[in-house]
Amino acid sequence: MNGMTQWGRAVLWGFGCALVLLLLLALFSPGLRAGLFDWRAATLLAVWGGTWALNAWLSARPARLPRGLVPLIFGLTLLALWELVVRFYQVSPVILPAPSAVAVTFGSSTGLLWADFVQTILKGALAGYAIGGIAALAAAIAIDRSPFLQRGLLPVGNFIAALPIVGIAPILVMWFGFDWQSKAAVVVVMVFFPMLVNCVEGLKATEPMQRDLMATYSATWAQSLVKLRLPAAMPFIFNGLKIASTLALIGAIVAEFFGSPVVGMGFRISTEVGKLRLDMVWAEITVAALAGSAFYGLVALIEKRVTFWHPSQRGRG
Amino acid sequence: MRTLLAVATVVLAILVIWYVAAFGLNRQWTLDQAARAGNTPGFAEVLRDTMAQERPKLPAPHQVGAEFWKLTWVEEVEGRRGIVQSGSFSNRGLIHHALVTFSATMLGFAFGAGFGVLLAVGIVHNRAMDLSVMPWAIASQTIPIVAIAPMIIVVLNSVGISGLIPKAVIAAYLSFFPVVVGMVKGLRSPEAMQLDQLRTWNASGAQGFFKLRLPASMPYFFASLKVGIAASLVGTIVAELPLGGAGLGTRLLAGSYYGQTIQIWATLIAAAILASLMVGAVGMVQRVTLRRMGFTR
Repeated sequence: MNGMTQWGRAVLWGFGCALVLLLLLALFSPGLRAGLFDWRAATLLAVWGGTWALNAWLSARPARLPRGLVPLIFGLTLLALWELVVRFYQVSPVILPAPSAVAVTFGSSTGLLWADFVQTILKGALAGYAIGGIAALAAAIAIDRSPFLQRGLLPVGNFIAALPIVGIAPILVMWFGFDWQSKAAVVVVMVFFPMLVNCVEGLKATEPMQRDLMATYSATWAQSLVKLRLPAAMPFIFNGLKIASTLALIGAIVAEFFGSPVVGMGFRISTEVGKLRLDMVWAEITVAALAGSAFYGLVALIEKRVTFWHPSQRGRG
Repeated sequence: MRTLLAVATVVLAILVIWYVAAFGLNRQWTLDQAARAGNTPGFAEVLRDTMAQERPKLPAPHQVGAEFWKLTWVEEVEGRRGIVQSGSFSNRGLIHHALVTFSATMLGFAFGAGFGVLLAVGIVHNRAMDLSVMPWAIASQTIPIVAIAPMIIVVLNSVGISGLIPKAVIAAYLSFFPVVVGMVKGLRSPEAMQLDQLRTWNASGAQGFFKLRLPASMPYFFASLKVGIAASLVGTIVAELPLGGAGLGTRLLAGSYYGQTIQIWATLIAAAILASLMVGAVGMVQRVTLRRMGFTR
């Protein structure tokens, strides 16, 4: 296909998306509806269209780009559009603070943010994540010996994994008090079942041929577990660990809404919303997003190291 | 049949653990009350009391079951505000709250799934979109959105958007991601051989999409719908926490404020039933559709 027409189509696509978005916004806000056809909207569209055309051109080029360039431009565009919208339409900081204002707040209150980070992520989420993950793995190994239990536990585990477990947070806060222990407990419960289901699936992932080989070596149950079945289960376990990493953050923060000491990200978010200091809230959200991405990235990195042999990891640098 | 037996065994085991835990957790309160009254109860009396406290730390399963029955069947059939006497579901009963939560969930789910499918189509057909949107769609999920849902609700309310929409926004945000990932995987699942075949037939892009990619993506689509609908229910419930009015989330928070543990557990049961009904409904549509499309499962 012709590269030029493809590029043109991509640009049109991007413009179409932006127009639809603006029209949707105009549906909700009467102020925007009036100002849809003036220079401000035109500038927004121009910024969007310009960077989108650049991105479309970059990704249509046959040459290899530095990885992350295109998504970086896209992210910066979104930030710039946000800033411009806030400036142009003078959106009240009580509703949506500009990214620059959030950055200023972030910079000026790093101490507070760090204390919240330690309380919620390092104490609550990580402790619960570790306990829940290890408990699930142990439980999976325990029920692995009985096909009967497996058959019964998988449907139940799947069912519980689909339940709104966050709802258990008020109960656990009641049991374990306001400090991080109750948050860790919520995280344990949230992490346990997705992990259990994945571990059980993973332990079943070996081929009969491989198990027979272990049997001909007269390997004991423990030997075949450590040398064959646990390594074979690793892709599944890491899949569970990745899902659980987001759940852990959510559990730890939501549990703080039901009662917490005067430190912690969930506590800070709920009190600062009450004080209408949204720039602080967004600074907390930034911390949460950074922590979440770092957490996920770390798990993915370890996965790459541990399961380098798996097809999904091969052939990617 | 053997699966049924196995599931029944596991459920029974959970109930036994639940009863033992209820005894253990509620025992202290019973003993304290007895000590205050100045008598020392025997084991049987303690056991009886731990199973029937008014505000137990952990209510026994039969207490939760009784409360659930009271708040659904009894409330509707015999209550003054129930559907039999007043013609509408009682605002104290769980059915009313579950319906409110259900409607917000479905609205959000429809938006989220639709948006997710559109995004996935864009990602598969447009390289620029693949490169720029996909990483941010993944990054957007590491933001614990559920955790800031109450804030979004409060802000949207202050702008004047209230009712179902704020809750649906959260639900949509949570459900779009599984759908995007599943659909991208599904739309890319046709093999190179099949794509080549269509090219030899001189099929247009649209034909390739509707005749090959879309049908091939259906198993992935339904699998991700199941995840998405469960996620949007979680989103709705959390979004309801800061709101007054109706909804299962509101009931949870009210129960936690007033220490009504039995009511919290009954609400959780209602949420669980709602979740399993919705996932089950998607599963049923999946089974029928996939069978008619010729996917053997």
